[in-house]
Amino acid sequence: MNKKTFKAEISNCILLKGGRLVDPQTGLNEKADLLIENGTIVKIGKVDEKGVEGRVVDCKGKIIAPGFIDMHVHLREPGEEHKETIESGCNAAMNGGFTGVAPMPNTSPVIDHYNHVTFINKRSEGLLVDVYPIGAITKGQKGEELAEMGEMKEAGAVGFSDDGHPVASGQVMRHAIEYGNMLDVAIINHCEDMSITGEGVMNESFSSTETGFRGISSVSESAMVARDILLAEFSRCPVHIAHVSTKEAVRLIRDAKSRDVKVTAETCPHYLTMTDKAVKTFNTNTKMKPPLRTEEDRLALVEAVADGTIDAIVTDHAPHHADDKDNDYHSAAFGVIGLETAVGVILDRLVHGGHLKLEAMIQCFAVAPRKIFRLPEVKITEGETANITILDMDKKWTVKGADFASLSFNTPFEGWELKGAPAGVVNKGMLYLND
Amino acid sequence: MQLSIRHLLGLDGVSEKDITIILDTADAMKKVLQRPIPKVPTMKGKTVVNLFYENSTRTRISFELAEKRLSADTVNFSTSTSSVKKGETLKDTIKNIEAMRIDFVVMRHGVPGSSHYLANCVDASVINAGDGPHEHPTQALLDMMTIREKRGSLKGLNVCLVGDITHSRVSRSNVYGLLACGAKVGVCGPATLIPYDMQDMGITVYPHIEDALAEADVLNVLRIQLERQKGALFPTLREYRNLFGITEARLAKAHSDITVLHPGPMNRGVEIDSEVADGPQAVILDQVTNGVAVRMAILFLLAGGRSSFEGVDHE
Repeated sequence: MNKKTFKAEISNCILLKGGRLVDPQTGLNEKADLLIENGTIVKIGKVDEKGVEGRVVDCKGKIIAPGFIDMHVHLREPGEEHKETIESGCNAAMNGGFTGVAPMPNTSPVIDHYNHVTFINKRSEGLLVDVYPIGAITKGQKGEELAEMGEMKEAGAVGFSDDGHPVASGQVMRHAIEYGNMLDVAIINHCEDMSITGEGVMNESFSSTETGFRGISSVSESAMVARDILLAEFSRCPVHIAHVSTKEAVRLIRDAKSRDVKVTAETCPHYLTMTDKAVKTFNTNTKMKPPLRTEEDRLALVEAVADGTIDAIVTDHAPHHADDKDNDYHSAAFGVIGLETAVGVILDRLVHGGHLKLEAMIQCFAVAPRKIFRLPEVKITEGETANITILDMDKKWTVKGADFASLSFNTPFEGWELKGAPAGVVNKGMLYLND
Repeated sequence: MQLSIRHLLGLDGVSEKDITIILDTADAMKKVLQRPIPKVPTMKGKTVVNLFYENSTRTRISFELAEKRLSADTVNFSTSTSSVKKGETLKDTIKNIEAMRIDFVVMRHGVPGSSHYLANCVDASVINAGDGPHEHPTQALLDMMTIREKRGSLKGLNVCLVGDITHSRVSRSNVYGLLACGAKVGVCGPATLIPYDMQDMGITVYPHIEDALAEADVLNVLRIQLERQKGALFPTLREYRNLFGITEARLAKAHSDITVLHPGPMNRGVEIDSEVADGPQAVILDQVTNGVAVRMAILFLLAGGRSSFEGVDHE
């Protein structure tokens, strides 16, 4: 397939002209020009482009926000470079409006040693997108012995997870959050009780009754969320819940937060906009873990994102080659990509749909992930590092996987007509503009 | 009249009109089967592939016979003797078979939706002979033909499916088909073998067989698979029989004109007792005969035939 190339331009001086600057951290919401020199915001206000020797970008009608991070992606390198590489995944991120990604460690080999973290750092050198490696909680993600989290942190890992698998043992999970708290890193659990999941391939609901598929009940998720919250409460250590998909998990997290338990959580655009009714098409791009749930779950998640119960929106970008998806539903792989649709889907369905304020969306994509990873804040303020996502609120477009920078096109949003899109990103003195 | 569908993937969404066309045509086909030479040249030159990814004796033979009675050329493909064992994907298998130019694929496969997937891959007409626990439309149609034959009409009849509803493709297709034709449908079985929120399909779920028997005009008794015991879904076949088995004593408390079906193969003494299976209310062997007629009707109609079927009758 002929893909167009996706390349950032390097520029010492960038003027973003005429955009609206929105930063929920400072309450900033005003129309102003923004001048960047050598990667730093040097002026906010009125800047005459005649005096600027550099790149001038017309941002009229656009939103300028702190750079978005996708804190849960799978970049498949090392091991499955035919699905995605660190470079192609970062290009997908850049094309999707992200300046940072955090790849999960379930590669081959598993990222469970500082050497592997160093490899990821090396492979992401020179890219516009910041890559924040997540290491494995346990050696080989086997759920038995803790991996060398301290050394991985020193090499640059910002969080730890056995994502793809749950940490099944409650005792191992308890030790993980205690050790993670000592290191001041995020511990992220993929909450799934495999004894409840069994051989399920979709949500257990009326839709699984209709299709005859084995179901994965919501309890598979909520039971382990409850366990992890209780562990966090008991040990007084923070825990982050990955890809929340059920209303019961939302209820548990809301309750925990109201009692000041240190729990944070994320969900994905597909859980916020799709339901398990889509599985009735037998389209294998509706197959992922956790599975698409019911309309009641979807509504609870939208509410939870709007009221802050769920902190972050992530894509769980999971590239698969067509050979792994173009098959019967059982044989097809779990997982969908999302880096290049997340911003458009959330702007269209949630922000334009009236369910989420733009500031709250920016909070979910730019502010919360950095907080959970204990990364420095990124602000739209003079003197700060220029790490910026530009949004086009009104652009109308149709999702077409074949146009993506990602090497894979297993998107559940194929053909969706959206209003709102990423318009570009600025980071590390580099600029990328969507056409 | 012609069918509005090109494939028969399931009965979900199929109209009463289409079902009636199939059942009427099947009645006519049954007359063909009763002739001295039970064969017509209707599908001469047409090729049907019977693609069976799961073992099936009854359904495969029934299809094969129906195809031969219509003079179609048939090819049988079963996974135990095929390239599937060598790791070929479903799509590649299909594409290879289709490259040999065929008109129909009859497929049995273990995964729900596989016949929908197949229909998207090929130009041939697809007939679903069972896709995992999803649908088995020809079985439901032969059940409906048999009930209609015995009771005159499906409208208003109370039909209850008994047994392992969750893992049964027969149950789902029966629910869709019977509801479309105006019957009332119930299901009865251990709580662990009734799928989630099934009442939302517009049916009644009976936790106890006595309640089901009190209301049923027709019982469709499904096969209980021993493997389910290992999944902790019910304790023993013995206890299953005690709680849900259709015994002579239980049947005596039902409507005296109750009709009893079973899609086979039966576990005598488990879900159904021999006294019932071989008794006057059972129509189990009629189902087998009607199965051939229904499959002939479907092949004939999907090949573009009309429900009047006169052309064939006069030959």
